[in-house]
Amino acid sequence: MLRGVSKRIKSIKFALLSPDEIRKMSATKVITADTYDDDGFPIDMGLMDSHLGVIEPGLRCKTCGGKVDDCPGHFGHIDLAMPVIHVGYVKELKKLLMATCKNCGRLLLLDEEIRAYEREMDALDKIGGTKLDKKMMAKETARDAGKRQICPHCDTEQSKITLDKPTTFREDGHKLTPKEVRERLERIRDEDLRPMGINPDVARPEWMILTALLVPPVTVRPSITLESGDRSEDDLTHKLVDVLRINQRLRENRDAGAPQLIVEDLWELLQYHITTYFDNQTSGIPPARHRSGRPLKTLVQRLKGKEGRFRSNLSGKRVNFSARTVISPDPLLSINEVGVPVEAARELTIPLYVQAYNLEWVRELVKRGPVPEGNGYVPGVNYVIRQDGRRIRVTDKNAETVAETVDVGYVVERQLQEGDIVLFNRQPSLHRMSMMAHEVRIMSFKTFRFNLAVCPPYNADFDGDEMNLHVLQSEEARAEAKVLMRVQEHILSPRFGGPVIGAIHDHISGGFLMTHKDSKFNMEQSSRILSLVGDVKLPKPGIVEDGVEYWTGKQLFSLAIPDDLNMVFRASICQACDTCDKEDCDSDAYVKIVNGEIMSGTIDEKSIGAFNGKILDKIARNYGSDRARIFIDQATKFAIGAIMVRGFTTGIDDEDIPESEKMKIAEILQTAVDGVRTLVQAYKEGDLEQMPGRSLEETLEVEAMKKLGRARDDAGNHAGKHLGLENSAVIMARSGARGSMLNLSQMAGCVGQQAVRGERISRGYWSRTLPHFPKGDLGAEAKGFVKSCYKSGLTPTEYFFHSMGGREGLVDTAVRTSRSGYMQRRLINALEDLKVKEDRSVRNTADTIVQFKFGEDGIDPSRSVQGRAVDVDDILRDVLGAKKYATLPEERVVRKYGELEEGLEMTEEEAGKLGED
Amino acid sequence: MEHRLVPEHHLVLEKEEGKILNGLKVHKDQLPKIHRNDPCVQLLERKHGPIEEGRVIRIVRISETSGVSVAYRLVVGR
Repeated sequence: MLRGVSKRIKSIKFALLSPDEIRKMSATKVITADTYDDDGFPIDMGLMDSHLGVIEPGLRCKTCGGKVDDCPGHFGHIDLAMPVIHVGYVKELKKLLMATCKNCGRLLLLDEEIRAYEREMDALDKIGGTKLDKKMMAKETARDAGKRQICPHCDTEQSKITLDKPTTFREDGHKLTPKEVRERLERIRDEDLRPMGINPDVARPEWMILTALLVPPVTVRPSITLESGDRSEDDLTHKLVDVLRINQRLRENRDAGAPQLIVEDLWELLQYHITTYFDNQTSGIPPARHRSGRPLKTLVQRLKGKEGRFRSNLSGKRVNFSARTVISPDPLLSINEVGVPVEAARELTIPLYVQAYNLEWVRELVKRGPVPEGNGYVPGVNYVIRQDGRRIRVTDKNAETVAETVDVGYVVERQLQEGDIVLFNRQPSLHRMSMMAHEVRIMSFKTFRFNLAVCPPYNADFDGDEMNLHVLQSEEARAEAKVLMRVQEHILSPRFGGPVIGAIHDHISGGFLMTHKDSKFNMEQSSRILSLVGDVKLPKPGIVEDGVEYWTGKQLFSLAIPDDLNMVFRASICQACDTCDKEDCDSDAYVKIVNGEIMSGTIDEKSIGAFNGKILDKIARNYGSDRARIFIDQATKFAIGAIMVRGFTTGIDDEDIPESEKMKIAEILQTAVDGVRTLVQAYKEGDLEQMPGRSLEETLEVEAMKKLGRARDDAGNHAGKHLGLENSAVIMARSGARGSMLNLSQMAGCVGQQAVRGERISRGYWSRTLPHFPKGDLGAEAKGFVKSCYKSGLTPTEYFFHSMGGREGLVDTAVRTSRSGYMQRRLINALEDLKVKEDRSVRNTADTIVQFKFGEDGIDPSRSVQGRAVDVDDILRDVLGAKKYATLPEERVVRKYGELEEGLEMTEEEAGKLGED
Repeated sequence: MEHRLVPEHHLVLEKEEGKILNGLKVHKDQLPKIHRNDPCVQLLERKHGPIEEGRVIRIVRISETSGVSVAYRLVVGR
C-alpha cells in the first residue's frame, strides 16, 4: 500500500481562544446542570445535549447527523455569570499586570524603549529565534517595565501587584476581582503587546480571563451504564455540573441584588470549580473529590504523567498476537528456542493466505478445528477471514463446513506450531539483545522456557520474572527476524565486542569439574554425559587403569570444540604467578587447545562464560553463528552432565576452618585493633606524625583504615589457606561461577571495616557512634570495624554498623539506577534517528553529517575484538603457526593507537598472503 | 590551540572544497557547522585573514579508535 504525504506541516501556531470564538464554535449553549430526563434521553441545553455528539448506538447527532462512529462530537459552551481567571495563565497575567500602568494601560517603558524591544523581537523573528529565545526576550521586557514606579505616559504612581496562589491577585493588599483584572488588560494597546512576545491578532490578554467556558463533546466524557442500569458520569461531567450549579446560583443572587459578600463568596466558589476543572492538583487548593473520596481526574490529569494521554496513549502502543507469562529454565533447549505453553500456543495465531497451491492443505488444517486431537500438540485454526473481511470463528461443530467454504483469497489464522519464529522480550529493553527471535517449542505446563545461556542478555533470572512473546504476522517480518534477530546472531555484543550469551553459574562449575587437572570418567559416567548432548561419538578411552577404561574430562569436552581450533590463554583460576609455568601450571590454568583438543588447562569462565568466554568468542568470530550456537548448546550440556555425574553442593560448612586458625585470625585482628589504639594514643599525645597534605585527624583515619584493611586481608588469607580447590565454594569463586574470594573470607575470616561516605563510621550520638562506647573513642570497634565473620555472627554493635554500611549501598544503587536510566533515555531520544549510511558516515534524517565515519574508524563493535579492528596476536598465530608464534617474545603486540594504522596494513598484507597459500 | 585537547584546525583551500564534498557526497549545508567567532576560527583568521561564511575547516583529531580522524565543518555566521 502506498501512502503519499499530501501536505506538509510547516509551522504550528498557538493562540488564545476568544470568547467570541468559543461561542462561534459552540454547537449549543449549556444552561442546565441536568443530564438526562426520566426516560433516559439527553436534556436539551444540558450537559449531555445531543448537539454535543452521540455516545449511544442508534441515536443521531443533532449537529451533524452522524451516528456513533461517524460523529466526532461537537463543543458547547457555558456563559459565565462573572468572569473567572484561567489557572493556566496566571503567570502571564501577573507579568502583564506588573508591566503595565494601572491607569492608562500602557507598557511602563518610554516610547523609544518600546520601539527598541519591538525591533529586537522582529529581528529574532527574522533570523529564526526559537520559542525559548522569544520567551527570554519577553521576560526581559517585562522585568524592565516592572521596575518603573511611575508611568512615563500618564505619571500615575504604580502599586505593587502580588499573586496569592493560585488565582487571587492583590494590589497593595486589596483584592483585585477577575473583572477588574480583565478591565485593565483590555486597556493594554496592541502595539505594547508585541515587545512582550504576544501577537495581539490571535491572543488578546483579556482572553486569559474566562467569560465563556468551552464544554467538551460528550464523546470526550462518555457516561457508562452499569449492569444495574444506573448511569455513571465521567469526572469531567461531574465537574461541569458543579460549575453550572454555582454559575446558576451566582447569576440568580447577583440579579436579585444579594449582598456583595454572598456574591463574592459564590464568585470565589465558581473560580474554585473552574480551576479544578482544568487542574485538580493545583497547589494551594484542596483537590475536588468524588463522592467516594477519590480525587477527580480533570483535564490536566488526563494528559500529565505516566498514565496520561501522551506517555500511555500516544508514545505507548498496545499490540495483539502477544503473550506474557512467568519464565523458567530448560537447559535442554537450544539457545535459539523458546518453550511455549500449549494454552498460549492455541491462542496465538499466524495468518495463512490461501492460494491455489496451498488450498488443499489449508482446508485440511481448518477441518481440524480449534482443538485438534492427536498425538501431542497439533496446531488448529481459530478464525477464518473471508474475502470480504468477515471473521468466522472456527468451532468443533462448524469446522467441517467452514473448511468446505475456504477458497483462494481467504485468510486462515493458524495456531502456533513448532518451529515458528517469534520475538521474545524482557523489560526493561535497554539494548537490542533485550528482544530476540526464538524458534517455538510447544510444551506442557504454563511457563515460557529458554536456555540458561540466554539469561545474561535479557538480564533474566527465575525468581518470578515474566517475559513477553510476540508472534510475527507477515512473511517479511519473519524472514527479517530470522536473519537479524535470532539469538545466535547476538552472541557477540555490540557493546564490547565479546560474547553476551554463554555459560553461567553451574555451567562454569561443571566445566571446571569436568576438565580440572586429570579428572576422569568411567564408561557409564562418560556415556551419561555424552547422552545429554546426542550427536557425538565416544572417543577412544584416554586412560586405562587396571583394565578399566577412563575418559579424561578434557578429552570429552574437546568433542564440543571445532577440530581445527588452536588457541592459548589463561583460565580465570590463573593466579598470575611471577613466572608462568605454562603447560606445567600448578593450578592447571594454562589453557592450550591444539587442533580442537584441550592439551592443558581448565575450562572455566574465561573459556565459555558469558562476557569473558575466549573459546566462545573465537568460535563465534571465526566459525560463524551456527557453529557458535552448536558450541554453546554442547558445551553447556557437557558441563551440566559433568556436574550431575560428580554431584555438587555447598553449605555453610564449606567455610569451616580449624580452631587453631581461628585463634590465629583472632590474634591478627586483636593486634590490629591494638595497633589502632596505639595510633589513637599517639594522636592524643600529639606524637602522631602528620602526613603531607593532611591534617592530624585525617592522618589518623588513613593510618587506621590502612591497618585495619591489612588485618582483614591477612585474616582472609589465613582463612583462605584452609579453603582449597576441593571446596565447592572455592571452586565457584575461583572458576568465576558465582561469588568471590572476598565473599568467602568475609564468611570465614573477618567482615572488616564498615564505611559510610568512604569513611569509618563517625556519626550518631554526641561525639560517639553508639552509647556503648565512651565519648571521643576513636578505636577500631567504636568506629565500625567488624572483627567477627558472618559465620560466627556479629555482635550487636557490629551488626548496627554493618546495617549502616549496607543501607548506604542500597540507597546508592537505587539512586544510580534511576539517574542512569534517565540519562540513557535522554541519550536515546537525542540519537534515535541517526543512521549509518553506505559510506559509513553517520547522518540524521536531514542527511546532514553527524560523524564522518562511524566511531571514527568505521568498525562494527560487534565484529571487533574487544573493541579493536583486528587481533594482531591471533592473526600472527594463525599465519605463523603455533610453534613459531610461541617463540616470539611475550610482549610483542603492545600497540598504541598511533601505531594502529601501520598494524592494519601489515595484517591486510598478511591476509592477502594467507589467501594465496 | 596549544592544549592537547584542542584538535588541529586547518582552513580548506577553496579549490579543494569541491573535491572533499564530492568525496563525502554531501552538499555544503550538510556538513557540521562551526561559528565564525569560534576561538579556533578566530585564530585561523589571524593567519589567513578574514574567513568568510561558507568556507570549510578541516579538523584533525587524535582518535582512540582509529588513530587519526579527519572531520570537516562549515563556517557559519555570528
